[in-house]
Amino acid sequence: MKRRVEFKNHLREIFHFQLRLVIGIGFVSILLAILLVRFFYLQVARHNYYQTLSESNRIAIVPIVPNRGLILDRNGVVLAQNYSGYTLEINQSKTADIEATINDLSTLVEITNKDRKRFKKLLTESHDFETLMIRNRLSDEEVARFAAQQYRFPGVEIKARLFRDYPFGEKTSHLIGYIGRINDTEVDQLEENDLAANYRGSDYIGKTGLEQSYESDLHGTTGIEQVEVDAGGRAVRMVSRTVPVSGNTLVLSIDAKLQEIAEHSFGDYRGALVAIDPNNGEVLAFVSKPGYDPNPFIDGIDTQSWDELNNSPDVPLNNRALRGQYPPGSTIKPFMALAGLNFHTRKPEQPISDSGVYYLPGSSRQYRDWRVGGHGSVNMFKAIQVSCDTYFYGLATELGIDNISNYLSRFGFGKKTGIDLEGETSGLLPSQEWKMKRYQQIWYPGDTVSVGIGQGYSLVTPLQLAFATATLANNGVAYKPHLVKEVQSTRSSEHRFIARDPLYDLNISPKDLDLVRRAMVAVTQPGGTAVYASMGASYQIAGKTGTAQVVAMKQGEKYDANKIDERHRDHAWFIAYAPAEHPKIALAVLAENGGHGGGTAAPIARKVMDYYLLGKVPKPLTDSEVKEAAEHD
Amino acid sequence: MTRRQFWLSFIAHLDRQLLLGISLLLLTSLVVLYSADNASWNRPLNQMRNILVAFTCMWVIANLPLHYLMRTAVPIYVSGMVLLIGVALFGDISHGARRWLNLGVTTIQPSELMKIGVPLMMAWYFEKHEATLTLKNYFVAALLLLLPVVLIARQPDLGTALLITASGFYVLFLAGLSWRVIGGLFVAALAAAPVLWSMMHDYQRHRIMMLFDPSQDALGNGYHTIQATIAVGSGGILGKGYLNGTQTHLDFLPERTTDFIFAVYSEEFGLIGNLILLAMYSFVVWRGFIITSHASTYFTRLMAGSITLTFATYAFVNMGMVSGILPVVGVPLPLISYGGTSMLTLLLGFGMLMSIETHKKLVKS
Repeated sequence: MKRRVEFKNHLREIFHFQLRLVIGIGFVSILLAILLVRFFYLQVARHNYYQTLSESNRIAIVPIVPNRGLILDRNGVVLAQNYSGYTLEINQSKTADIEATINDLSTLVEITNKDRKRFKKLLTESHDFETLMIRNRLSDEEVARFAAQQYRFPGVEIKARLFRDYPFGEKTSHLIGYIGRINDTEVDQLEENDLAANYRGSDYIGKTGLEQSYESDLHGTTGIEQVEVDAGGRAVRMVSRTVPVSGNTLVLSIDAKLQEIAEHSFGDYRGALVAIDPNNGEVLAFVSKPGYDPNPFIDGIDTQSWDELNNSPDVPLNNRALRGQYPPGSTIKPFMALAGLNFHTRKPEQPISDSGVYYLPGSSRQYRDWRVGGHGSVNMFKAIQVSCDTYFYGLATELGIDNISNYLSRFGFGKKTGIDLEGETSGLLPSQEWKMKRYQQIWYPGDTVSVGIGQGYSLVTPLQLAFATATLANNGVAYKPHLVKEVQSTRSSEHRFIARDPLYDLNISPKDLDLVRRAMVAVTQPGGTAVYASMGASYQIAGKTGTAQVVAMKQGEKYDANKIDERHRDHAWFIAYAPAEHPKIALAVLAENGGHGGGTAAPIARKVMDYYLLGKVPKPLTDSEVKEAAEHD
Repeated sequence: MTRRQFWLSFIAHLDRQLLLGISLLLLTSLVVLYSADNASWNRPLNQMRNILVAFTCMWVIANLPLHYLMRTAVPIYVSGMVLLIGVALFGDISHGARRWLNLGVTTIQPSELMKIGVPLMMAWYFEKHEATLTLKNYFVAALLLLLPVVLIARQPDLGTALLITASGFYVLFLAGLSWRVIGGLFVAALAAAPVLWSMMHDYQRHRIMMLFDPSQDALGNGYHTIQATIAVGSGGILGKGYLNGTQTHLDFLPERTTDFIFAVYSEEFGLIGNLILLAMYSFVVWRGFIITSHASTYFTRLMAGSITLTFATYAFVNMGMVSGILPVVGVPLPLISYGGTSMLTLLLGFGMLMSIETHKKLVKS
């Protein structure tokens, strides 16, 4: 009985299935009918119309790529430009054996191993129908030699193109960035933003730096040329032409000479320097050492050179000024002092007695001052001047982490400055909530002590520190830092200025400001930690040194630079502005593994200020001078 | 065994009629490719290599007994899912989207695997629960479909996601999903359309608007559609003749060896050629339906039906796109367009059809 039910079910199921299948066949028949109707409509009913269109379809639309905008420094010195030259290009789909073709070509024009490697890389990244460059910057002689033999190479042609050139090479690499071939992700982005039509014919797009962040200004508007083509597809007559509009010119606030001097002043040190005009936020110099030569990146760098850059322990591709995050060390102290004054935590004249060690109430853990034995009786002025750690351990504890992070964030710590470059990091301004979120731990009093001298969890970028210094130099009125001063339209005489209005005013009490600013001047005077910075200067410099620990010291261990591996030595910081009364320049210098700020970072800052304020070009330092300088701090 | 017997057993599992239909289409592919590639042997030769590889795979699958086929369902689906998740997490971004997974030795595109894997898994699932099918089972099967589809749509690869949705829907439909649910889904889709429209990117809306008036964007996206339609229409009844398509040879047609190859064919062979091509496709699809109706188990019926219907859908979507009645989505013309991956997937599907047809007697007994 049961078997029969199953059998019956089976039959019914088959019947149902066959019914569905018939419906499926009906569905496919409808699709078929739709296509038949459409074909009949296009190919019979409307044939004459399309026939005419096809015959008149001898008009090819050719995009004309606009010239990319120039990048100039504040004095008109060219930082990125275009030049025209010849390239040798291979059309993949028209070339049967690419390897053999390249070998043949190398008998006519010079094709180096690097060219081959780069071409191979391009090949793997491109679509089959694309035309790829094998050589650029052909000499006239090479052009002539190839032209005579061109018939042998069906898919190979010579093209006149505009090239991008960065005359300052690695000195402006982290600032200007570079352009490169448009990749598929960028194609999709362009499509999404409805820009694909304007990039028809364009091969390059800004990849990093200002080339990337001002891409929409620099690219320009593509022109269109309608040409009549003959049966072979060759252009015979131009029908109409919309001229392309060149990209806008960027005029930077950067001073190229200053940038060069700053670069050079680092010598062999790695590090970063950001100099800002505190009165308007214009960035005057923006250095990240070491840099890299951006020129090979434009047409695709070969794998070997890329690996060398990418795997170098000096990480030249890392933009330290924008993205490098370091403990601020003692450079945080002037800002801590302002916090103390703001919350009336300590009276400025109220002295503490520094024996060289600080203990939290009821704890035996030692927090040592950098100076063994301490500085004796120290008030706020002296604490900044001699960079007394003990004073700030206590101040931080009395302020509490909530007040500290509240106040420091007003100077932009822990936040992006919003400079006109992409990829900025925000540093780290620790707080109770942050620690809970990050480590699921409560905030300990000991954490606050380290924050007081810019160690512990605190991290800043050189750009952030320069911004904070500029804000301090400008009496608490902050301007957003920006590298581009104005954008000049090529179409009209229109200029667009970037960020001319202040961001905000911190409304710091003039009395508080006066104390901290005087103390920062004292830092560069005899008795301060950066005497060398203002030795023989005809103007007053206000500054603050700092050292950022790379490797944490154990309790009771003593720091000895000579015993430590070079890359584990402390980083040297120096922040400064000058002239102290009416500052025209504010800066932050970081010298990686440079030891103490007064010795290595301050001299770099001095040279930059000397040039900017006095037009003095520095002579190279002698070894004994460097050594002498390093003994202070 | 005589030599003759050996050869007979060698081809015993290849369905003759299906083989004939496929071979005719593949031959057409080579002929059109030669023209589309500007009378060069470059792509036709590559395509021959693709065909050879795919044919071998088809032969292997055709010779696999059905229970092996069934046993592959879960491993293929699960590994496909793992790979899709892998792609979402660690995939290489290439050709604009995260579709490829770099396995060190080779890169693979798991969404391609799922074109077979999804219907296979669903058919397997229905077979397992054949005796006691309730609405819940359809729901689970739909989930098996939606999981990979969502992952693929996010890559983003909307074309493949839609096609896999279609192939999975065919399984649900053939498995007897009630008309009420189908009607409900249809109404829901209609209701969701305005919402979807408001969620779309501007460029996606652009592509749909273009269908109604391609001329409004002649430099950008409308270009493909306009040029392809001109190619088809100017072909007329008899076509312009082999190697004489002006649209093709004056470089007006974009992607003419891959997605737009039908425009090349249509321009050179005209309405007559189109009718012949449709006849060849119909023959293959018809044979697929016959095999489906013969199929001996629930699993094979669902599988065969889904493969056949999906194949027909592919052909329709591509020809509809080229002749301007569907938006431009990246779907190749099955068995004709240049490319190794889709060739392999298609012939794997046909291998299954052949296995289903030639192994059925064994199962019945």
